[in-house]
Amino acid sequence: MMDIQFQSFIPIKKEWDIVAARQQGRDMSKQIGFGSVDQARIATAISELARNIYLYAEQGKICFEILDDMEHKGIKIIAKDDGPGIPDVGKVMEDGYTTSGGLGAGLPGIKRLMDYFDIVSEEGKGTEVTVQKWLR
Amino acid sequence: MRIPILKLHNYLLISIQTELDDKTAIQFQEDLLNKIHETWASGVVIDLTSVDIIDSYIAKVLGDVVSMSDLMGAKVVLTGIQPAVAMTLIDLGIHLKDVPTALDLEQGLIKLRQELEE
Repeated sequence: MMDIQFQSFIPIKKEWDIVAARQQGRDMSKQIGFGSVDQARIATAISELARNIYLYAEQGKICFEILDDMEHKGIKIIAKDDGPGIPDVGKVMEDGYTTSGGLGAGLPGIKRLMDYFDIVSEEGKGTEVTVQKWLR
Repeated sequence: MRIPILKLHNYLLISIQTELDDKTAIQFQEDLLNKIHETWASGVVIDLTSVDIIDSYIAKVLGDVVSMSDLMGAKVVLTGIQPAVAMTLIDLGIHLKDVPTALDLEQGLIKLRQELEE
């Protein structure tokens, strides 16, 4: 069973919150023991997720969890918003698809940075993206 | 937060030492273009040795400032991109193909000199 040791979240309402969220992610991944490359990957993924919230939903939050199941440690990040939602999730998972004119790297980029990626979105209700990275 | 831009002969040198948020990045873009205009600089080196995160937005701002400076007649070289940043950018699918880069400030100045054929 997975044992959650530490949980926290950062609300995303203004531009600066994007920086606050990625700094929190970097600090947590350092604490877990991730090396500098994975710290950069995790922090960048958070930056992209937070920017998506800021651009498309205006507000939401980034939640952090430290994962520790005895055998391995990791970090779980959930980006949650009550924004307009994504009508066609399949389409946004295609490389190169954009509605913002190239402001974000898009979800496929975030997926490549992490070990696990899941998205649940309902039109008119919001979007929830979950990503995880395991310490190797 | 403003990023200092130093002038050295006909070059401008910038070392980014702060966490780059969106506003700082856009302000820097504007400041650099104004400074090129004011000083008639022909070359610019932007050193990124101290930057440990470049996300898609910051990458776009940096790529744009290179193209904008080019339009004005100044060559820009980005230097000191960290290994972790390079790996992250490629994972994100960002290749910054037309952006001149060099290992460090010294190599950057050599590259500028070659590009400007001085």
